[in-house]
Order: sequence, then C-alpha cells, then structure tokens
Amino acid sequence: MAFLTHFYAVLFYVAAFVLVSGLVVKVVRYARTPAPLKIPTTPAPTSRSGVALRMTREVVLFESLFRGNKWTWIFGWIFHFGLFLVTLRHLRYFIEPVWAPIALVQPFGIYGGIAMVIGLIGLWARRFLVDRVRYISSTSDHLMLALLVLIGASGLLMKFVFHTDVVAIKSFFLGLYALDPQPLPADPLLLLHLLLVALLMIVFPYSKLLHAPGLFFSPTRNQVDDPRERRHLAPWARELEQQAPAASSDPRG
Amino acid sequence: MAKATFDVPELTPYTEVPAVTPEAMAHSAPFVSKAEFQAPLGFPGELVEDWQTRAIDKMGELLGKYRSLRVYLDSCVKCGACTDKCHYFLGTQDPKNMPVGRQDLMRKVYRRYFTLGGRFFPKLVGAEDFTKEVLDDWYSYFHQCSQCRRCSVFCPYGIDTAEISMAAREIMDSIGVGQKYCNEIIGKVYKIGNNLGLPGPALVDTLEGLEEDVFDETGVKVRYPIDEEGAEILLVTPSADFFAEPHVDGLIGYGKVFHAAGVSWTLSSHASEAANFGMFIGSYDNMRRVAQRIREAAIALKVKRIVFGECGHAWRVAYSFLNTLAGPWDFLDPRYPVPQHICEFTHDLIEQGRLTFDKSENDDKVITFHDSCNVARASRMGEVPGGQFEIPRAIIRATCNHFYDMDEDTIRDRTFCCGGGGGLLTDDLIELRVKGAKPRLDALNNVMQEKGVTHMAAICAICKSQFTKVLPYYGMEMDQIVSLHQLVSNAIVLEGGEDDDEEDAPAAA
Ligand code: HEM
Ligand code: SF4
Ligand code: SF4
Repeated sequence: MAFLTHFYAVLFYVAAFVLVSGLVVKVVRYARTPAPLKIPTTPAPTSRSGVALRMTREVVLFESLFRGNKWTWIFGWIFHFGLFLVTLRHLRYFIEPVWAPIALVQPFGIYGGIAMVIGLIGLWARRFLVDRVRYISSTSDHLMLALLVLIGASGLLMKFVFHTDVVAIKSFFLGLYALDPQPLPADPLLLLHLLLVALLMIVFPYSKLLHAPGLFFSPTRNQVDDPRERRHLAPWARELEQQAPAASSDPRG
Repeated sequence: MAKATFDVPELTPYTEVPAVTPEAMAHSAPFVSKAEFQAPLGFPGELVEDWQTRAIDKMGELLGKYRSLRVYLDSCVKCGACTDKCHYFLGTQDPKNMPVGRQDLMRKVYRRYFTLGGRFFPKLVGAEDFTKEVLDDWYSYFHQCSQCRRCSVFCPYGIDTAEISMAAREIMDSIGVGQKYCNEIIGKVYKIGNNLGLPGPALVDTLEGLEEDVFDETGVKVRYPIDEEGAEILLVTPSADFFAEPHVDGLIGYGKVFHAAGVSWTLSSHASEAANFGMFIGSYDNMRRVAQRIREAAIALKVKRIVFGECGHAWRVAYSFLNTLAGPWDFLDPRYPVPQHICEFTHDLIEQGRLTFDKSENDDKVITFHDSCNVARASRMGEVPGGQFEIPRAIIRATCNHFYDMDEDTIRDRTFCCGGGGGLLTDDLIELRVKGAKPRLDALNNVMQEKGVTHMAAICAICKSQFTKVLPYYGMEMDQIVSLHQLVSNAIVLEGGEDDDEEDAPAAA
C-alpha cells in the first residue's frame, strides 16, 4: 500500500517533469528557429487579427482537415472534443475548491469520454481499412491509439462498472502539491488508468503528440500575407547581407 | 500523338483515387548533375566521401535555420488527409508520392539522428539509418515533387511537403548529388543572364523582330525596348517569352498593354529572366544571388516600378521573397507595390476603363483557366486575399465571350499542378510529367466534353511548356494551351501614334 502510493507519487512527479520540461524545450526551440521566408498557404489573411482567426478555426474546427477528408475530420473532431471535455471534467481532481464552470461541465465530461473512445475507434479503423492510411501507419501510430483507447476504456469502466474512491484520488493528487502523498486506493483498474496516463505524459514531448504545439508554429498557417508591405528578414539572413553587401551597385551603399 | 515508352493513363471524368502500388515509380530519377554544373553554385562535384556525416550535419544546420522543417518533421500525425491530394500519387499510384510518404523519407532519417524515440526504438517509430539506398530513394522521390503545395492546403497543420523537398535537395546538393536540369540552368543565369542562355544581342534581334511583326499585323508601332535607361517600368519575364509559342504571344500582349497605357518600359539584358530555380533546389544563397540581378538591373536602369510577366514560381519568388532577398525597395515609386504582376497592371487599366477590347477577336475560342500552383497557393495579386484567382478571370471575361471554369475541386487553391513544376520540366522525367498531368487533364477533358472548351489559358511559363509537351500524349493538341496575355493581345484595340505609317496600316482584317 505505502509502496504503491510512493511508486505512483514518484511516477507522477517524473511524468509531470518530463512533460513540462520536454514541452518547454521543444516550444522554445520552435520559437527560436527562424522562418526565413514568407510561406503562408494562400489565400491567407493580410493582418495579425486575420491570422488569429485562421488559427482559431484550425484549432477549434480543424478547418483544413475538414476540406481534406470528411471521415477523418468527423472522427478526429469527436475524439478531440471528447478529450477536451474529459480534461475539463478531470480538473476537479486537481483543484480545490472546484470552479463553477468545472462543476457544470461534469455530466458532459462523461459524454466526452464516450465520444473520445468512439472517435478513436473510428480513427483506428481507418488505419486498417484505407490502404493509403495503412501504408503510412507505423507501430507507434497503433500504439498511441491503443494507449488512448485503454485510458478511455479504463476510465469509463471505473465510471460505470467498477467504482473507485474518487475522494481518495483527489487527496492523493492534492497531496502531491504539498510533497505529502496521501494513500492511493489499490484498485487495479485505477492503477492501470493512472499508469497509462503517466506514460502518455512521458511520451508526449517525444512523439507525434507534438502536433498540438506544432500547429501554432506552422509558418504556412501563422504568417501574415504582407511580404510586399513589410520586409521580412531572419537574423541569419541579415548576417548574410552584412557579409556581402546586398547590392554592390546600390547607390546608398 | 507522341510515342511513349510507358503506359499513358486513361483520362476519366473525375480523377479517381488509385489503389496503392508500391515502387511503381522507383525507376524514375532525373540525370545527375556533372561537376561542371555543380561548381558555379558552390556545391561539390560528386558524392563526397564522408557523405553520410556531412548530410546529417547539413540536416542539423537546416533544422536550425528553417522553422518549417523542424515543426513539420515533428508534427505529422499520419492522419492521411494528404494521401490522395498529390497529382503524382494520383497519376503514378506510388505511395512514396503521397505527400506524407514523401515526407517520411526524410522523417525516418530525422527521427534516427535527431530524436530520442528514433535513437532508442528505431523500429517502433519507423526510424532508419541514412544508407545509400535511402539516399537513392531521396534522389528519386524528392525529384517527383513539383513543390506545388497542394498537400499543405488540406493538412491540419499546414505541413508543406515542398519545404521538405527543398531541404532534401539542398542536403543532396551539399554532398555532391545535384540535379543536372536545375543546376545547369542556374549556371546559365549566372553566366549569360537567363535560363535559355540567350545572349543580349540575340534578345535585341528578337525584340526588333517582334516590333516588326506587331506593326505588320496592327499598323501600330508598339515598342519592345531593352536596356533603356530611365524607363518608368522594368519588366522581368521568363525567357521563354522571348521566342517560344505560346509564350511569346503573351509578351506581345504585355507590350500592347504598356503601349495602350502610355507608359515607358524596358526589359533588361542583365535580368532577362524572371525564373529563379534557386527556389527549386532549396538554396537560399543561390535564390538570393539570382534575385539580386533584378535589384542591380532596377538600379542601373533607374526605373520607378518593377512588373513581372507570366510565370508561376517566379511570381512566388517575386511576390513573397523579393523584398526579403533583394529589398528594401525604397528607391522605387512608393505609390505602387513592388513588384507588380502584369495581370495586376492590366486589370487596373481595365478597371479604370483605359483599355478597349474587341472581344469577338477571341470568338474562335472557348476558354478555361488553369490556376498555376505557385500563384494560387504561394502568392497573391491585388489588395484582397484570393485576388490571384479573381484578377486573371476578370481579364479573361473582359477579353473573351466564352469562358468556363473547370470543376471547383480542381481550381483556385485546390488547383492541380501541370505536372512539370518544381524543376521537373526536363525530358529525362517525361513519364512522371505525363502521369502527373492526369488530374489536371481529367478536369480539362471534362469541360471540353461538357462545355465545348477549346483552349486553356495559363499564366506560367512552366505550365505552358509542360502542357505543350504533354497534351499530345493524351490525344489533345499542343496549341490548346495559350498565354493569358495572348487573349489580351488578340482583343485589345490599339490607337496609332503619330509615327505610325498610315498607308502601311492594313485595315483591321
Ligand atoms: C491544440 C490542440 C490540438 C489540436 C488542434 C489537435 C488537432 C489534431 C488533428 C487535426 C488531428 C488529425 C485528425 C485526427 O486524426 O484526429 C489530430 C490527431 C491526433 N491527436 Fe490531436 N490535437 C490537439 C491536441 C491533442 C492532444 C492534447 C492529444 C493527446 C493526448 C492529441 C492526440 C491526438 C492523436 C493520438 C491523434 C492521431 C489520431 C490517429 O492516430 O488517427 N491531440 N490532432
Ligand atoms: S508539394 Fe505538390 S508535388 Fe509535392 S508532395 Fe505536395 S502535392 Fe505532391
Ligand atoms: S495531412 Fe498532414 S498530418 Fe496528415 S498525414 Fe499528411 S502531412 Fe501528416
């Protein structure tokens, strides 16, 4: 019992550290890497606010995917929206007192869990049924789906079949903040669920899950279409200009 | 009908997504560049000894210089949305021509050398060593991408396979594996000034010939000046415009528009080429060097404005990159965007009612319009997003009575590449070019059947050359492809100047 609690406490400290530090390293590297040329996929917005709107449509509605493939869009959107609701619902385990909006979202979180699993199964089916998608799927793509389905399924089972002591879970996590872990219920389903979630957190910064931060750094989506109005110059390109004067024949030198 | 050593696909009313056929195009690869074409661009002449280490180092360098590369190699979730979007996959069935399949050729090497997962669990995440076989695959399939960016339209993260292809070509060049067609041409630009290697005096002759032809035909002295200091406008146009059909008819049209506008203009023998193949090989240095010629010419000729002729990738470099590569342009007239597209120029005049057309001159044609990829998805015309679609169509409507668009799924930002862009317009890739043209020609054939379309107008030198070559493989006529400004040229009604020889002028026949 004590061992289990301590094992999971350490596991979640490690997982949280890997997730946060891994993501910070990646995001800082994305942000620091210059985009030397203007490459928005046009037609593109001509202002910053237009770009913000384009990004919002991509993040919330998966606009490009909608144009690209309706089946993938439907399943993908169901999965992500479900995941979003589930994440909101789970916040109640991590905050005290629980904010009113989080309390409100609780029943929807359950539908979210179901939707998430349905979406994942649809996406997974495509990996077998569509020959092009089968060709591009590697083992890790299947494992990622398996991981998420298992997380979702074990969660739903706890909700509907094998109930667990959610009050104890909450005090376990709140205890982690104070470096004082409280006993974790030893339900096998719960332990599996938490193990897989920790695994997900650990692989996040080293896998294709980087698509979530990646989207915000994609130059074809986040650049403003204004190259004639504004000169765009990366730091390394500026250095190039200083080495060899841009135009030797420029009267202004 | 041209003779083919391969099976030319059957056209279908709508392009169907084929079943995956692995390695169907593995045999396709362009001629490798010889040492003499590598040196002027600053690349090693042949595969260097420690190529593997140097390639990985180069990849590391590019990952630090291009955010696109870094983000795109990490972000793909293998959702498959791009898999049926590439004309080369649709035409060849080879899964490595699916955009994500093409990216994965680089991604597997990236994962092996630059990610934890790939270092420790290569099998699991599909990571692979950079072997000679992988390099050969790179050479083959990164030269089966026309950098048309159709894939990036549909990808949920905007992953642009063109960025990956450009980086791959840059890496290959850096270890001595260049493509002959592109690199030889860039060398010609450095040495002679244009892709076709036409020296200054030949250009002067050609342009004089054009002035005579136009005078004979219209009785109006339309000028085609070159290297005229102090002209208002510098026209930069692809060198194909100087002599080849149907390109030259476009150039004739630009001259007539300038004439009607009453502005002075000039070509430049120093910058006698709009094309910039530096983009195709992903080399910022070479692209910049080629672009600098335009700045030099503008300064030497003391012009006030720069206008680009009909060329797709050249317009991308001009619109999107020229300010970066060769700006700032503060010595030009600030009232006009730098640079302008000839279509923007013509369209402005039409809007102001300063051009007169006799549309019936184009009544022998039923026109459709091919959106060139680089114009459609990598640039703009006019003030509002999407102007690159509306402005050329407005010009066609102003000059022709009969115009029909092709299927919506195949035009505007969803347009299909002609099959010859991105540095692939070479005879050693003819099978790829013919097969890659299928989706576009399916749509063209469809409007020919249903609407009686006879001609397709384009605003890109590569598209025009490519269609001229591949239309006959599909049983169509090579002259079904026309320049947009050829339509303008046909319909425009010119007023004679004082120096026009009245008695020589034939009545409009
Ligand atoms: C900004 C937030 C996010 C956006 C905009 C986003 C968007 C997308 C899109 C458009 C797809 C492709 C369609 C699909 O296969 O569903 C996708 C796939 C995927 N996303 Fe996300 N996502 C986000 C966050 C997340 C998070 C936080 C997770 C995981 C915990 C996640 C897990 C996945 C997985 C596993 C796939 C691949 C599904 C498959 O294998 O088919 N996403 N995402
Ligand atoms: S850029 Fe065009 S040619 Fe290249 S992979 Fe994408 S769709 Fe195909
Ligand atoms: S559409 Fe984008 S994310 Fe999806 S498989 Fe293609 S490149 Fe990857």
